[in-house]
Amino acid sequence: MTIDAWLKAAIADAESRKLPELKALLEALAKSTAALRQADFNDDARR
Amino acid sequence: MMTIEEFGKRLRAREITAAQITDECLRRIDADNPTLNAFIRVMADEARQTARDRDRELAAGHDRGPLHGVPISIKDLIDMRGVPTTAASRVREGHVAERDAAVIAHLRQAGAVIVGKTNLHEFAFGTTNEDSAFGPARNPHDPSRSPGGSSGGSAASVAAGMALATIGTDTGGSIRIPAAACGIVGLKPTIGEVSTDGVVPLSRTFDHVGPLTQSVTDAFLVFHALLGDHIAAPPAPMPLHGIRIAVLRRYFCDILDEDVRARFEEAVARLRSAGAHVDEIQIKHADLIATIYLHISLPDAAAYHASALDAVPERYTPNVRLRLEMARDLLAEDYVRALAGREALRREIDAALTQHDALMLPTLPIPAPPIGAATMDVAGHAQPVRAMMLRLTQPFNVSGHPAISIPVGRTRQGLPVGVQLVGCRHETDGLLKIALACEPDLASGSASAV
Repeated sequence: MTIDAWLKAAIADAESRKLPELKALLEALAKSTAALRQADFNDDARR
Repeated sequence: MMTIEEFGKRLRAREITAAQITDECLRRIDADNPTLNAFIRVMADEARQTARDRDRELAAGHDRGPLHGVPISIKDLIDMRGVPTTAASRVREGHVAERDAAVIAHLRQAGAVIVGKTNLHEFAFGTTNEDSAFGPARNPHDPSRSPGGSSGGSAASVAAGMALATIGTDTGGSIRIPAAACGIVGLKPTIGEVSTDGVVPLSRTFDHVGPLTQSVTDAFLVFHALLGDHIAAPPAPMPLHGIRIAVLRRYFCDILDEDVRARFEEAVARLRSAGAHVDEIQIKHADLIATIYLHISLPDAAAYHASALDAVPERYTPNVRLRLEMARDLLAEDYVRALAGREALRREIDAALTQHDALMLPTLPIPAPPIGAATMDVAGHAQPVRAMMLRLTQPFNVSGHPAISIPVGRTRQGLPVGVQLVGCRHETDGLLKIALACEPDLASGSASAV
């Protein structure tokens, strides 16, 4: 799942649970997750 | 307030009794707790009874060791049989612990006198102690400011002389952060060293239990009591000359309050002048520490809180509830990436410690923040308080290395500043020996003295 797809789904879920305040936290978390995914310690099936 | 070490000498010289020191702590609780809100539960009757029992034992020749008759407070995240463990949350309404946590059993065996249970950030999920069902704890050095967190009430209780020591927990810095903010010593042992049995978890991967005290010697004594070793004697002082210390610069010193930076640099200079060999090193993945921490600690917290979030979400304080709800959205694949990051970070810190006896860095980049502040100005930039508070302590929850915060003076506003020393994993005693050697040169502006 891409970060964008994850964020879109998470925000939709938050709104359906009547937690719109979560949006800002999820956006910040998405940036953090993007940094994690770019780290050089991650495994990659192509390598 | 006197240290445990000083109290022990006077107790055994028959100059003071456990009942007298306990009464003094309870008197200070009566006087200052309405302002500081450090305690959720004061156990005055039980404490006085226990103190009298310890005095009778000593008179009969039964000395339990260094904690005999010592008044201690307990973070209200730790189970004591027959007493609620509130975790500073309405979610826990009606709870009464059936058993003592392992560390409480050890403290009782060691002869400690438990004076009460202290306030904290709800479920230890925060660094300021503001989100508590019992209201915020306040900093004894300036009650308009946070005592740090999550063990904020614990640190305030020692800094204000309401107890000689306290037991806290540390998942991202919750012992060391309030220790630094309140001007006392805080020890996070090696991961897994002190039992977390009977402690409400935040992240089972990163949770630690440890002492907050007025001196490194006291931290040694309480740490050993928590291990069940309640007759341990502190090691003889070792010379500072020749100790190899590595200062962490990049990332760790990039964002520091001006006064924090000044006190830190002065402390480094004092150690160097006293004969320590001081180098500077870098940790390759330092920039990723916060993201690694988040992607492991949040799923841990989400798993523990999921059923309560579904059943009684309104009982959480709003900020804590929101962050727990956010935690439920993380993906398993990102959790696994973070586990790989944790191993990378651990290896890098292990490698740094092969050439050095200890690492050194500030404990907090900022002094204690005003209660309610979301950001603080650091070198002309508004920085988020939560991220600032965790920035320099959470690396060693991720890596598991033991770390101790020691006071090094104050800001121009009179707020305490702390530095951390970090030692090799599974060598907490080794770290304490180095801390003992460094303490006289570090603690020039020192201790509680509120």
